[in-house]
Amino acid sequence: MAQRIGQHTIRLTHPPRVIAHAGLAGKKEKDGPLGAVFDRTFDDVTFGVPSWEEAEQTLLRTALELAAKKAHLPLGSLDLILAGDLQNQCTASSFALSGCGVPFCGLYGACSTMALSLSVASLLIDAGACGFAGAATGSHFCTAERQFRKPLEYGGQRTPTAQWTVTGAGAAILAATGHKSDPRITHVHFGTITDLGVTDAANMGAAMAPAAAKTIGDFLRDTGTAPQDYDLILTGDLGFVGSELLLELLRRDGFDLAGVHNDCGCLIFDREKQDVHAGGSGCGCSASVLCSHILDEMRRGNYKKVLFVATGALLSATSALQGKTIPGIAHAVLITQGTEETT
Amino acid sequence: MQISPAEYAAMAKRYAPPSTLGKDCLKAFLCGGAICALAQGMLEGLSKAGVAADTGRLIVMLTLIALTAILTALGVFDKLAKHAGAGTAVPITGFANAVVAPALESKNEGFVLGTAAQMFSIAGPVIVFGCSSAALYGLIYFIVTKAGG
Repeated sequence: MAQRIGQHTIRLTHPPRVIAHAGLAGKKEKDGPLGAVFDRTFDDVTFGVPSWEEAEQTLLRTALELAAKKAHLPLGSLDLILAGDLQNQCTASSFALSGCGVPFCGLYGACSTMALSLSVASLLIDAGACGFAGAATGSHFCTAERQFRKPLEYGGQRTPTAQWTVTGAGAAILAATGHKSDPRITHVHFGTITDLGVTDAANMGAAMAPAAAKTIGDFLRDTGTAPQDYDLILTGDLGFVGSELLLELLRRDGFDLAGVHNDCGCLIFDREKQDVHAGGSGCGCSASVLCSHILDEMRRGNYKKVLFVATGALLSATSALQGKTIPGIAHAVLITQGTEETT
Repeated sequence: MQISPAEYAAMAKRYAPPSTLGKDCLKAFLCGGAICALAQGMLEGLSKAGVAADTGRLIVMLTLIALTAILTALGVFDKLAKHAGAGTAVPITGFANAVVAPALESKNEGFVLGTAAQMFSIAGPVIVFGCSSAALYGLIYFIVTKAGG
């Protein structure tokens, strides 16, 4: 049975293993620094289907199918799939998984969905409620732009703090048992909604950094660990601006993350060459980076202990128009490789 | 985490990279100027060809709108506007792009509720305020000329 430690962290008694994972990405991501590590990339934004919305569904479904295939399981044999996305009413996930014959639990955590789906799946497996569970999310630049911002061909200018929504998806298959090289999820931490009054929807990094700082600070306090106890503390999509703010907020809180922290939004694009302003964002940003690059590196033994903190901005197009502040959230999972986690 | 929203706002401002205002203004000036010079050149050409000034102005406007629509549909306009900023937004090109861009991308939602309904989602306010101010100034003009005459 999972055990609550400290204020908000949950330690899993039977940590599930990530038995397979797949990260997919679009053209711009393929041209970025991680282009070669994704399991599959697409050269065209619609992937041969009539709309961008359907393209996003294709991304998500393909990521799950690919991850299941790597686990040598038919997708239909999973006990549960937990997924979410950015489209209104999470339609990318529900349309993508319609007809797959697997029970579906739709989640909304904005760009924090990868950590949210991993957390819920881990708890369910730890409790014995599931044998095999899929956790997935994705995003598409074009669907996010038209839903949250302006039409794609509109000739506007983006501010220096704006981030670029990643076209990508990630999926992980979790199981109660697996091979000893499969990374394990030992702790989960559901974040607290944190809002320090940012209203600029073109500065998501600043809106989400306080939530990430709270989650990381709480997690370190709950587990009695220091940043240096981790090989990597990986945030989801704070980008370059949000990452600097996170480090500053945590310094004030007594934690120095220098040399330990990185952000998927900074890793996925080349800031100088790709004109992405403050870096990558979107559910697919952290999902595709975690489910390809990071988990692959863990399997190779290059990272033993990764605190994955996916960040979400819980705004809607309506709340932004009404001038409301942007509530942020950050969920975390501790992924370990090799040794048993004893914290 | 002890920080007030005001303190955080100041911190966020400090970490936000500044806009390249000088460079952006220069690019907007050059691009906007080039569009206006093109329009003026066309107008003078038409005038030399014996086209009446009123008709000439109409032809120039329609040409700029058509050019913008084509460049928007080809996916070129937004790339140009990214650099030009107000240089492409202020002339009639900006208005044309604001109509064509949402119309284009809403085609999957149908011709009526997609293309037609979304066509003015960005340009709508310009039309509303343009018409309202025209009516208001017309009224003022009417009162002033009536009182004066």
